[in-house]
Amino acid sequence: MFEFVQRFFGKPASSTTAKERLRLVLLSDHLSLAPDVVEALKRDLVEVISRYVEVDSSNCDVTFEQQDKQVAMLANIPILAMRQNRPRATGSPPPAAPPPAAPPTPEPPPARAPEPPSFGTAGASATVAHEPQAQAPSPSGTNATAAVGHEAEPEYRQQRELALESQATANASTVDGDAAGGDTANGGSRAQRRRRRKRAAAAGSASPQPT
Amino acid sequence: MNETVRQHEEPAASAPPRRRGRAIVVTSGKGGVGKTTTTANLGAALGVTGASVVLVDADVGLRNLDIVLGLEARVRHHVLDVLEGVSTLDDALVTDKRVPTLKLLAAAQTREKDDVDTAAFSALIASLRERFDYVLIDCPAGIEKGFANAIAGADEAIVVCTPEVSAVRDADRVVGLLGDDRTVKLIVNRLRPSLVKRGKMLSVDDVNGILRLPLLGVIADAPDVIVSTNRGEPVALDAASPVGAAYRAIAGRITGSDSSAPEIPREKSFFEKLFGSRK
Repeated sequence: MFEFVQRFFGKPASSTTAKERLRLVLLSDHLSLAPDVVEALKRDLVEVISRYVEVDSSNCDVTFEQQDKQVAMLANIPILAMRQNRPRATGSPPPAAPPPAAPPTPEPPPARAPEPPSFGTAGASATVAHEPQAQAPSPSGTNATAAVGHEAEPEYRQQRELALESQATANASTVDGDAAGGDTANGGSRAQRRRRRKRAAAAGSASPQPT
Repeated sequence: MNETVRQHEEPAASAPPRRRGRAIVVTSGKGGVGKTTTTANLGAALGVTGASVVLVDADVGLRNLDIVLGLEARVRHHVLDVLEGVSTLDDALVTDKRVPTLKLLAAAQTREKDDVDTAAFSALIASLRERFDYVLIDCPAGIEKGFANAIAGADEAIVVCTPEVSAVRDADRVVGLLGDDRTVKLIVNRLRPSLVKRGKMLSVDDVNGILRLPLLGVIADAPDVIVSTNRGEPVALDAASPVGAAYRAIAGRITGSDSSAPEIPREKSFFEKLFGSRK
């Protein structure tokens, strides 16, 4: 109630600010404390994108960054070439799993470089841009840059949106559930299990639930 | 001095040997949120129910539980003396004369946390559980060796958190470190209802919306606590204090005698302020 009055006058209550800052910092903390989850997420991202384009899986980079009002996932996935056989139906089996998180090679595989790009962008396959933060469109290479934004509204605590903005394919998809988890990690990380347990515990307790 | 201690020790020592008491660590991550005050008051509140309680100060090097309880003048031996065989456990336990079922095992003031062997400390807690209904462990701030020692022997934890961003963040971290095998519950400490009402402080719901732990109780930021700590008299023993009552209610929830939901302190209304009974 008080928050609404404050918002009406354009000045949020400091407790509201505190709550928001906490939510974001904890999201960040949990991600950095669950490297196995991030690694699994990276593997799956590469696998999905590999169905459509050939990617340089040894030079992929997934980072999380706390921005002003959201925590963003920045995925820098260098694209080498278009796939010849694009899967048509969503139900089609995925191709063989990509190599599990190989140690970063100093140079991209040279075998791929001489291949001419199968789509119009000149030099797209040859240049592998490896920017630490691929937020701005990179002029030299073709990188799939994915950003997962966690909006500031607390209603979105359980339901997080994944907006995929790809320069190469311009695909957009929505994923429900926990962006940092899913059931992909082996047996679930400690953070995941804790989250599950917390929800269960909170459901059983007398404390009021946030919406 | 030790004669007195031994006298009070008799009932516990002659109790059925294979008793399995509960070992509860009071922790927070962040310092200064009231772990020691909480431990002292819960110990006193549990003690007055008739349960046998031992408070173990795991904050080696920065011992404070003894002074908060007002027992500092009677500590002769500490936990490291016991672990290293310098003193027997019975000689190191200090009995609270106000609550004879409450005992204290003080920390060493001139030693470091690294001097404590985690396995040995855990074994000490296990042996205390055979003699006492409740073993409350006052955990040091931080998440290093002292924390590891303090939680090692405990299968339950009480996380103390104040309504501040730093305390909530640290509490969240600590809950993760406590693991899935421990029962973890929350006490929100130093709540100022008037600030919450004006949107200037995180509310209990805000804090627990993030931590999502079963709520044991809420302690208001009241002068009673400061005054009682000054005097070395746990406020939980003050029958007239609302904060003392809140500690006793938490003790009731720990023992299971009180199944009511925790009361959240609220600001007194205008009329209550005018015609209020106390304070």
